[in-house]
Amino acid sequence: MESESAKKMKFGQLARITGLSIKTFCFSLALLAAPQLAAAPAPTPAATPVAVTAAPAPVAVAVVPTAAETARTAVAQGGYIPMKPTPGKGMPVDGRYGFQDQYSPLGEYALWMHQAILLPLITVISLFVLGLLLWVVARYRKSKNPVASKTSHNTLIEIIWIGIPILILAGVSIPSIDLLAKQYKPAPAKALTIKATGNQWFWSYTYPDNGGFEVISNMLPDAEAAKRGEPGHLAADFRMVVPVGEEIRVQVTGADVIHSFAVPSLWFKIDAVPGRINEKVMFVKEPGVYYGQCSELCGARHGYMPIVVEALPRDKYNAWVMTQSGGTIDGMPKPVEPAPAAAPAPTLVAPAPAATTAPAPTV
Amino acid sequence: MATTAPATFQAHDDAAHAHGDHDHKPAFFARWFMSTNHKDIGTLYLIFAICAGIIGGAVSGLMRAELAEPGIQYLTAWATWFDGKPAEMNTALHLWNVLITAHGLIMVFFMVMPAIIGGFGNWFVPLMIGAPDMAFPRMNNISFWLTVAGFCSLMLSAFVPGDATGLGAGIGWTAYAPLSTYGSQGPATDFAIFSLHLAGAASIMGAINFITTIFNMRAPGMTLHKMPLFVWSVLVTAFLLLLAMPVLAAAITMLITDRNFGTTFFDQAGGGDPVLYQHLFWFFGHPEVYIMILPGFGIISQIVSTFSKKPVFGYLGMAYAMVAIGVVGFIVWAHHMYTTGLSVNTKMYFTAATMVIAVPTGIKIFSWIATMWGGSVSFKSPLVWAMGFIFLFTVGGVTGVVLANGGIDDNLHDTYYVVAHFHYVLSMGAVFSLFAGFYYWFPKMSGKMHSEFLAHLHFWVFFIGVNIIFFPQHFLGMEGMPRRIPDYTPAFSYWNKISSEIGYTTMAVGMLIFFVNIAYAFLAGKKAEGNYWGEGATTLEWTLSSPPPYHQFETLPVIDDKGHH
Repeated sequence: MESESAKKMKFGQLARITGLSIKTFCFSLALLAAPQLAAAPAPTPAATPVAVTAAPAPVAVAVVPTAAETARTAVAQGGYIPMKPTPGKGMPVDGRYGFQDQYSPLGEYALWMHQAILLPLITVISLFVLGLLLWVVARYRKSKNPVASKTSHNTLIEIIWIGIPILILAGVSIPSIDLLAKQYKPAPAKALTIKATGNQWFWSYTYPDNGGFEVISNMLPDAEAAKRGEPGHLAADFRMVVPVGEEIRVQVTGADVIHSFAVPSLWFKIDAVPGRINEKVMFVKEPGVYYGQCSELCGARHGYMPIVVEALPRDKYNAWVMTQSGGTIDGMPKPVEPAPAAAPAPTLVAPAPAATTAPAPTV
Repeated sequence: MATTAPATFQAHDDAAHAHGDHDHKPAFFARWFMSTNHKDIGTLYLIFAICAGIIGGAVSGLMRAELAEPGIQYLTAWATWFDGKPAEMNTALHLWNVLITAHGLIMVFFMVMPAIIGGFGNWFVPLMIGAPDMAFPRMNNISFWLTVAGFCSLMLSAFVPGDATGLGAGIGWTAYAPLSTYGSQGPATDFAIFSLHLAGAASIMGAINFITTIFNMRAPGMTLHKMPLFVWSVLVTAFLLLLAMPVLAAAITMLITDRNFGTTFFDQAGGGDPVLYQHLFWFFGHPEVYIMILPGFGIISQIVSTFSKKPVFGYLGMAYAMVAIGVVGFIVWAHHMYTTGLSVNTKMYFTAATMVIAVPTGIKIFSWIATMWGGSVSFKSPLVWAMGFIFLFTVGGVTGVVLANGGIDDNLHDTYYVVAHFHYVLSMGAVFSLFAGFYYWFPKMSGKMHSEFLAHLHFWVFFIGVNIIFFPQHFLGMEGMPRRIPDYTPAFSYWNKISSEIGYTTMAVGMLIFFVNIAYAFLAGKKAEGNYWGEGATTLEWTLSSPPPYHQFETLPVIDDKGHH
C-alpha cells in the first residue's frame, strides 16, 4: 500500500534526521569542548569584570627598578611635543575596501585570520550560491526544461551539505578559539596600568603607576585639528600616551552611562560599563598616533568623543609623564618642576564640550 | 507536499451555495474596528505595516541625507522645526538618536513583525491548514489593536521631552541601561518603553493564537508532517515569541521601575548591573531576529516549490532545520555582547554556538536551490524576489559567520559592518521575503492581479538600490566607522556618499514602483482566478476563490493520504 510505504519512508527520514541531529549534537559538544582545552594553559581570564561599588583607583603595581631607570630619569626633562600623525596610519583612509593596517601582534593575527580564512571562505560560499542560482536560471527555466522532475529527497546530498559546513566551521573555530585565548592572556604583573574612563562626552585617562595623574581628552574642533595636521573629528586636545613595545594593562570603566573604548588599528574594543572595570591588554608595535571613537551609544554627543592613542618609545613616554602635573616614574618624585605641557591649550568651540580643558591632577 | 484537496472542497462555490452572497459581512465600523475575521485582521495588519514602513523608511531617508556628507547639514534645521525654537547643537544631536531609535523600533516591531506574522500569518495559516478562522478571533482583534496602540505610544514619545536636550527618546532600539534609565530623564523614554509593552503583549497573544490554531484546527488528515512549510515556520515563530517576549517584558518593566519607582536593577550604585539588562534584552533580542526571518523562510519555501512545479526538497529537513534554528537561537544571545567584558570561556562558548546556527541555515539555502534543481521553473515575480532573498540572505549570513568569531568581533562590534550585516539579513532578507509573499498572495487577498512587469521592475530597482546602500557599509565598518553617529571624519565620506545618494535614491524609486503597482492592481488589475499560478500551487488557499469567501471551509477539507512528499 502506498500509505504503508509512506509511513516507512517517513520513519526512515525521521531516523535519518535523528541520526544526523545526534551527530551534529556530538560534534557541537566536541566544538564546545575544544575551547576548554585550548584555554586550559591560559591562566584566569583577564577580562573577568570586577564588580565594584565605586570606581576605585587600581592598585599600582610595584615595578622592579631596571637598569634603564637612570636613563629614564635623565630624559625626563626632555619635554614633550605631540606627535604628528602619519597620513593613513592608525586612521581610516577614504574609499578603502578593507581593515585599517594593524599595529599590534594580535591585530595582525586577527587580520590574517580575516583575510586568509574568513574573507576567501565567505566570498567563495556567496559566489557558489550565486552560481547555483544562475545555473538554475540557465538550465531549468520552463523553456529549457518543460517537465519538472519529482525528486524531493537525496540522502547523500543532504548528508554532504550538513557535513561539509560542519567541517568548515570546525576548521574556522580552531584559529578563532586560539585568537580568543591569546586576546585574553593577562598582562605580566609588572605591566603598566592605564585606566580609561568614558564620560558624557569625553575620555579621561588615569596613570596609577605614574603618580595617578589624569588626562582629560576632548575632541578638537575640525579647524583646530586641521591646523595640527590631524584628521577632523578624530583628533583630541590631549591624548592617551602609551609606551610602545610592551604590554599595557588597559582598564576601562564608565562614569555615567556605557561607552566603549575602541581603536580599530590596534584591534581593540572594550566597553566602559559603569560599576565595572573591564581589562584588556594593549600592545603597540611601533610609535605612532592611533585614532578611535566611542563605540557604544551614550547620548547626544556619542559621535564626538574620539580616542587618540599616542605610542612613544619608553624614554619619550617617561619624558611625557614628567610633563604631567604629579607624574612620577617608578614612584620616584620628579627631579625638577617641569615646563608646562608643550601642547597649546586649544580654544574649544562646539562641538567639543566645554568641560575641562587642561589635564586635571587627581592625586 | 501534496496538501491539495480536490476541487470539491471549494467551500463556498458561489453558484452552489445556499446563502447567495456567502458573506454576511458586518457593516464598515463593525467589520474593520471590531473585526474577528482572520482575513480582515490580516489585511489590517498589512495596511498598518505598510503605513509604519513608510514612516520608518522616511526616517531612514532623513538619516541617509544627514550622513551623505561629513558635518551636520540638516539636523539643526530639523530640530529647530521640530522643537519650535532655535535648536542648540546638543538638541540637534539628540534628534539624531531619536531618529535611529525610531527607525529601529518601527521597522522591527511595527513593520516586519506585523506584516510577516500578523499579516501573512493571519491570512494564510488558517487557509493553509483548512481552518475556518483562527482559534481565538477576539484575541486576534485585540492583538492587532494593541499593536496600533503601541505604535501610537512610540509616536507620542517623539513629542514629549527625552532629556534636557530635546524631544523624543534617544536610547537606541536596544534601550541599554543606564542611558535609558538615569541617562534619559524625560517621559519620552517611558512612552517608548511602554510601546514595547503593548507590542509585546500583542505578540504574546498572537503567539498563543497561532499555536492553538495550528495544533487544534488542522483539517482532517493534515498531520504535522503534512503541514505546508509556511505553517511550520509560523508555528516555530510563535513558540519563539511565547518564550522570548516575556523576557523582554520583564527587562523593560525593570527599566520602568528603575526610572520611576526607585529600584536599581540596572544601577550599579544600588547593587544592580547595567550588563544584566543586556543579557535580558538579547535573550529576547536574538530569538527576535529569527522571529522576523523564520516566517520569511516559510514564504520562500512555498514560492520556490510553486514556481519550480516541484515539492520542496527535503521537506522534513526543512521543517526541523527551522526547529533547530529556533532552539539554538535561544542559546547564542551573548554574541551581541562580546565587548561587554565576558570571560574567555563564555566568549568561546558563544563563538562556537553561534557558528553552529550556520548549519541548519545552510540546509535551508541548499534545499531551496535543490527544489529548483530539475524543476520546470517559471520566473514570475514572487520567485524572482525569492531568488533575490536566497542570494542576499546568504551574503548576510556569511558576514554573520565572520561576526560570530568573538576575536574578530573585537574590531567589528558596533561598527557599520554590523549595520550592513543585519540589513542584509533583515532589510534584504525579511523584506525581500515580504515582497515575495506580497506578490505571491496579493491577488489572492485582493482579487486583483498586479502587473508582473512592474513587479519585476520593482525587484531590479530595489535590488540594485539596497545593495548600493548596504554593501559599502561593510567597508565603512572595516575601516572603523561606528554605528549611530550623525557626523564623521572625512575619511568615511566616499562610501557614505555612495550609500546615501545613489543607493537610497534608487531604493526609493523602487518603492515608488511598488506603490504604483498596488494602485494599478486596484484601478486596472485583471480579476484574479482562484489559482492564478497554475499547477505548482498546491496548498489549500489555491482551492478557494480570489479573494476567498468571507467564511471559508465551512465543510472541512479532507487531506488525502495518498500524496506524500
